[in-house]
Amino acid sequence: MGAKPLVQVKEIVMKYHSPEGETTALENISLDVFQGQFISIVGPSGCGKSTLLNIIAGLAKPTLGIVTINGRPVEGVSASVGYMPQTDQLFEWRTIWKNVILGLEVQNKLTAETRESVRMLLERYGLWEFRNSFPRQLSGGMRQRAALIRTLAIDPEILLLDEAFSALDYQTRLVVSDEVKGIISREGKTAILVTHDISEAISMSDHVVVLTKRPGTIKSIHKIVLTCPEHTPIKCREAPEFRDYFNRIWKELDIHVQ
Amino acid sequence: MSNRHQDISPEQAAYLRGVRRNKANIFLSQILLLIALLGLWELAATLGWINPFITSQPSGIVKTIVNLYSSGGLFRHVGVTVLETVVGFSLGTALGTLIAVLLWWSESLAKVLDPYLVVLNSLPKVALGPIIIVWIGSGMTAIIVMALLVSVVVTILGVHAGFCQVDPDRIKLLKTFGASKQQILQKAVLPGSIPTIISALKINVGLSWVGVIVGEFLVSKAGLGYLAVYGGQVFRLNLVMTSVIILGVAAAVMYLAVVLLEKLFIRWQQ
Repeated sequence: MGAKPLVQVKEIVMKYHSPEGETTALENISLDVFQGQFISIVGPSGCGKSTLLNIIAGLAKPTLGIVTINGRPVEGVSASVGYMPQTDQLFEWRTIWKNVILGLEVQNKLTAETRESVRMLLERYGLWEFRNSFPRQLSGGMRQRAALIRTLAIDPEILLLDEAFSALDYQTRLVVSDEVKGIISREGKTAILVTHDISEAISMSDHVVVLTKRPGTIKSIHKIVLTCPEHTPIKCREAPEFRDYFNRIWKELDIHVQ
Repeated sequence: MSNRHQDISPEQAAYLRGVRRNKANIFLSQILLLIALLGLWELAATLGWINPFITSQPSGIVKTIVNLYSSGGLFRHVGVTVLETVVGFSLGTALGTLIAVLLWWSESLAKVLDPYLVVLNSLPKVALGPIIIVWIGSGMTAIIVMALLVSVVVTILGVHAGFCQVDPDRIKLLKTFGASKQQILQKAVLPGSIPTIISALKINVGLSWVGVIVGEFLVSKAGLGYLAVYGGQVFRLNLVMTSVIILGVAAAVMYLAVVLLEKLFIRWQQ
């Protein structure tokens, strides 16, 4: 690929300090993410997956190394990054409309123009008629969609999904990951998903990054090519290559659990 | 519900009747118990089983209330006490919430003040009564300060704990939007803690009554606490019992008012 990467993670080291001593959470992580890619990061629990996401989001400062987005070094949070937490985190006292404009409200960017683009997002993804509803009146899947629209409303270049579906039950999770993937590709966004679910990672992404257990280093990067004309995560789970990818990644994780 | 009346099966109807009858029976028993207790008290006093000079008696209490009412004193005493209590718990809740905001704002301030709050919380606040009288004097202000002191520390601890329970992911989300600390407080922490603040208010209603009555015992020329103490000193047990009963009713009414406020607020919130 000749193009410049959208996100460049360069030789990141992250150390935590506590009275018990120093812990190295991440060791020498380098990663390039290109415009339009969907990258998943998998790894055993405590390998620093979420730490890596926090660093890219500008919420945590690495001990060593640098992250650039569009060539500019990340220093603190930037408007080009959108973050999706584990649960939808819709504010239960706000209507769906008030929830999805939260980011714009915080950034003081509520204009007729941004309102219109949020309205279009809600309409496109079937939530416009629920704009005056409260989160508890919506199903888990719709709430997750609303949370995604809240992130898209600030028009980020890259979305960071932190175990974004782990709070949902299995069926909803499949449907939601299908929807989210569909929306992200349709909007032409780049995404990094942190997950512990290998199947989810393979079915949604172009690349799966496997981290070792603490201190987290990159064990391997798998380019995922699935024979799946529909290109939706649910259908892609039935692709003939799926098992093979699963077993390979599973083995790599397993080695480091022992 | 009412538009589905025609769908109710005979079994469901019988069940609902049973529930209603059960409710009515309980209410009836409660009333009967009250009447029986009052009747027995009156009877015992009239027949000389007990000494009404020491125990008072219902008819005496009614007479005292009527006398208080016709002399215009009833509403004055009730009004003074209720005013002190309302001002006390409102100020206690407001000041406590304000201090909780400061503690949330500065984690190091919270850590420094933690042992002081623990000691103040376990200290029986009424012990501060004499200090308040010396510092503030013996007016209504002293009593209100007393009511405030009883409730403010509990409010600080409870509301601050509520603030700290806001989901860290929610704060993280706001931070990725570039939210300032003030925005995090305004958008997530305060509105999310309104149920905690209302439950603090509920606790404070009860606590403020304690503060006000103790305050009135110590210093005052009016109020239900004053009436009770005065009645005790001049051995008019009818007056003492009257104050206690009015106090019970007033406290219950005020508690119900706060519960109503809570319901209204939750409905508004939804």
